[in-house]
Amino acid sequence: MAFGAFATTPAAPVESVVRRRSKVALLLLLPGIAYLALFFLVPLVSLVLTSFQTKRPNTDLGVYDYAFQWQNYVTVVQSYGEHIGRSFGYAVAATVLALLFSYPLAYFIGVTLRRFPLVQALALTLVIAPFFISFLLRTLAWKQILSDEGAVISTLKALSLMGSDAHFTGTPGAVIFGLAYNFIPFMTLPIYTSLEKLDLRYVEAGNDLYAGRVRTFFSIILPLSAPGVISGTLLTFIPISGDYVNASNAFLGSSETAMIGNVIESQFFTSQNYPIAAALSIILMAAILILVSVYVRRSGTEDLV
Amino acid sequence: MRAIGRFFSRYTIWVYSVLAFAFLLIPILYTIVFSFNDSRRTNIAWRGFTLDNWIYLCEEQGVCQSFINSVVVGVVATVLATTLGTMIAIALVRYRFRFRAATTLLLFLPMATPEIVLGTGLAAEFLTAGIPKGIGTVILAHTMFCISFVVVTVRARVASLDPAMEEAGRDLYASPGQVFWRVTFPLLLPGIIAAALLSFALSFDDFIITTFNSGAFVTFPKYLYTAAAKGMPAEANVVASAVFFIAIIAVVASQLSAAARRKKLAKTA
Repeated sequence: MAFGAFATTPAAPVESVVRRRSKVALLLLLPGIAYLALFFLVPLVSLVLTSFQTKRPNTDLGVYDYAFQWQNYVTVVQSYGEHIGRSFGYAVAATVLALLFSYPLAYFIGVTLRRFPLVQALALTLVIAPFFISFLLRTLAWKQILSDEGAVISTLKALSLMGSDAHFTGTPGAVIFGLAYNFIPFMTLPIYTSLEKLDLRYVEAGNDLYAGRVRTFFSIILPLSAPGVISGTLLTFIPISGDYVNASNAFLGSSETAMIGNVIESQFFTSQNYPIAAALSIILMAAILILVSVYVRRSGTEDLV
Repeated sequence: MRAIGRFFSRYTIWVYSVLAFAFLLIPILYTIVFSFNDSRRTNIAWRGFTLDNWIYLCEEQGVCQSFINSVVVGVVATVLATTLGTMIAIALVRYRFRFRAATTLLLFLPMATPEIVLGTGLAAEFLTAGIPKGIGTVILAHTMFCISFVVVTVRARVASLDPAMEEAGRDLYASPGQVFWRVTFPLLLPGIIAAALLSFALSFDDFIITTFNSGAFVTFPKYLYTAAAKGMPAEANVVASAVFFIAIIAVVASQLSAAARRKKLAKTA
């Protein structure tokens, strides 16, 4: 499964295969690699160039010239620093929420259901089921379920657990909730992949050595499933930090919850300010690369606890 | 005491998991139920059961057209990405070549890049190159982000393939083409099908990259985003529910057939 991409180490080439002429390999690789170069690498370069563009004087909206207008980045950090911080704050919160939700579920599917392969397959299908209903519609469904007139919120208000004039949709809590919900399968599946391979004899050994349940979990189960946790957190954190659907007005957010994605969208379409949109994208990408490499290095050398 | 504690912990995880599954399914059930709502203009309050939305689906012009657009884009992008990705997967497992690490990195990066960066990047490229946005640019974009997922999925299958099968074919004087189409391809097929289904699902549900590269061309998710602001017609729920049922049936069928195959293999072995 592709979701295990980050969790599993790539298979080593079959040693018995005789080294054949590299011409065949080149023919097999070239079309796909050229495609990715043209539509993945060139766009990134194009994005960097665009981010330094300057507005052509006396022209309509959306006409820019190549330049080295590095001040675009200063403008972006000054005007949208708040949105950048908010994006990563929401992304961290939603990732933690998704992790707390997913870990027990992944343990249940990977360990508890091990003896029932058919039930296990059914449970996995249920986990990925949200992917089969449109991303936008399932987010909109939460908006309507959690709206002020909806059953959940009116019950909470009737029980005085929420103030009568309080809202849920449009708040940071709602956005974080939606982000976490939408990316739960990306968290659950890699953790499941790790736990499914967990050798239960290690757990038994821990019990034999009088480790309590908490100790067994933190010293044995969690470290052994760390690859799954790491890939799961990356697979959720990265798309969440660039998302703008959940935080937009028409879905779970409001103007006070705008993330980087929302700013990029409005700069791109409403203001047609391509250099600012590009600079924001570059900052988002750079920040993610830095955060991810620090995170991977840390979790690679030290124990997760 | 310990036994009670154990029993309790086992019981807790069952209760938790059942509740968690129920939670995951809430918005799905909501969407399906509201596809049967006798709604006018907006589909927020329940106004009674009807089958009209399902029967007269294409009366709601935008829904039907955008759905067809998404299917066309999905099919073309899937065919392109599956072909290119399968070729790369075979090369990665079967051949040694220079720049192997660089190739792997190039395949990994698109999966680790937020969609909005991929989307704005492509948009900047198309803008600079003067390529008008439309169905063509959407297909180009979707093919790009699907390739990596195809490679990951098919590569596992290639790695599990016994090279002795192909050697047997060559020993029996099959040409390289015959070996590929009669031996390698059928053995890889389950992996290729899984990759194609994943590609189609990714393409069909993509919103962010599509928004930045589609111009006036409307896909189903793009239609939904516009409709969300001004009132979602129940017909949109019909399309989403139908797609959901088809996908679930496909997944369950593939799981059952895989289980049946394992049973058969276990018997013959």
